[in-house]
Amino acid sequence: MTEPHMALSVLTKLNSLSGGLFLLTAFGIIAMRQVLASLNLFVFQSILLAASACLLGFQHGSIHLFAVAGITLMTKSILIPFLLRRTLNQEVYARREISQVLNIPTSLLIAVALTIFAYFLSSPLLSGVVEPSVKFNLPIGMAGLLLGAYVVMVRREAVPQVIGILSMENGAFFASVSIAPDLPLIAELAAAFDVLIIAVVMGLLTRRIHERVGTTDVGRMTSLKEE
Amino acid sequence: MTNRIVFNVIQVLVVMTFAPLIKGVLNRLKENIQSKRGPSIFQPYRDIWKLFHKDEVISEQSSWIFRFTPYVVFVTPIFVALLIPVLTGYPLFFAFMGDMLGGGFILALGGFFATLAAVDTANPYGPMGASRTRMVGFLAEPVFMIVFFTVSFVAGSTIPYIVHKHWVTPLANFFEPSHVLLMLAFLMLIIAEGGRIPVDNPSGHFELAMIDESKGLEYSGRGAALMKWGGSMKFFVLLCIFLNVLVAPWGLAQGEALAEVLLAVPLVLLKIFLFVLLLVVIESSFAKLRLFRITEFLGAAFVTSVAAMITRLLEI
Repeated sequence: MTEPHMALSVLTKLNSLSGGLFLLTAFGIIAMRQVLASLNLFVFQSILLAASACLLGFQHGSIHLFAVAGITLMTKSILIPFLLRRTLNQEVYARREISQVLNIPTSLLIAVALTIFAYFLSSPLLSGVVEPSVKFNLPIGMAGLLLGAYVVMVRREAVPQVIGILSMENGAFFASVSIAPDLPLIAELAAAFDVLIIAVVMGLLTRRIHERVGTTDVGRMTSLKEE
Repeated sequence: MTNRIVFNVIQVLVVMTFAPLIKGVLNRLKENIQSKRGPSIFQPYRDIWKLFHKDEVISEQSSWIFRFTPYVVFVTPIFVALLIPVLTGYPLFFAFMGDMLGGGFILALGGFFATLAAVDTANPYGPMGASRTRMVGFLAEPVFMIVFFTVSFVAGSTIPYIVHKHWVTPLANFFEPSHVLLMLAFLMLIIAEGGRIPVDNPSGHFELAMIDESKGLEYSGRGAALMKWGGSMKFFVLLCIFLNVLVAPWGLAQGEALAEVLLAVPLVLLKIFLFVLLLVVIESSFAKLRLFRITEFLGAAFVTSVAAMITRLLEI
């Protein structure tokens, strides 16, 4: 085996490893009982996304992917957690247990089923693809998307739902960095700021809800009536 | 051929000799991390020695199972030690008697008898601990299955000697996501099966909270010594399966010379020591889970092992 080929295979393996851990953090966000723990897992997930973008950027020689990695690190692993902690201080720290619709083992089994579904969903798309990174990143990204959506459905409270939406976005990016290595930077920037603004707006909205109602348990809000 | 039989016997002797030492080191380090001095690392040997010299009391109500069990618990890890790579990277004389699944079954046999014996004397704490151990056991079972399935899927074999070569040839295989996730899942399994802290507190003395320990409460004298020794050997064997088969074959003897095999003893012990350090950190930084939270812990292990399998599917 020649030297560059060897290095390439190590890169591919490392990319797959970040993919595997990405999937694991997506499961973890579902399984965690505490708001702070799921927020930390989200940060870790974003770091893994950035790592995958860096590795793919190195592989393709594409400067755009490094920019993607940089923006991801800045917004998702530093700014958004900072903002969420800042605006929703006691929601993040004081809540010990998130109330959810289903219990955690059931959620985990559904998550496994969703992942297998994502695998079958993406397999016809991948039938002609030979590049290993695409074959790996697309199903994992799709699984991340579905699992994030599941978090939004199953959690009854606002902050974990925001984390679910953000991790959905992570999943979409995880797939897109492999499919489109030369994604225009402007699109990436726009998306990143979009996410940031979503986080800020949701954070402020949640804070308002908390001030008015005294809880962010949005699952119970259907019982409120208009005056 | 005689060489390989001798090495196999050496392997068993190493497991028998050093298993209590690992327990001792683990206990000592756990106390040290709480800034206490802790018992000597040779304390488990002294305990076993003391118990062998004490009288044995056996309830009149108990059946032959109660008397028979300590021997089964003592012998099953020895059988497994014949099958797995403890010191050598190549198969020894008895290695082809069974694969990893076979080893798992033999270990499960010991657990089965320990459970029966706990129920046998009708001591109120025994059956309670036994039913809890079964609960942890049947939750751990699917994880074991998926782990072994994935291992055989990745390496194309369930013979441990073929599996452990696969992870490092070429070295890039070590970073395979399925490998890393498998290690994680098996680590959680070792914690559950070995009765370590997030699942069970091995040094607790409160019978109502016990899971693993309360099964041996009725034993005294020689029976208790054999149960203790067998338990620590089972732990040692599990660590060997984890470190030598699932993590990497580093430190194992590759040649057929006696000196090389003997050199592998300190290397393998060093590897186990490093893992024990990790285990001590885990045990000291987590609290014991409530009984019904164990489902979540093992559910997480199950999901991890399934993720290992899925990532393997994606790579083909």
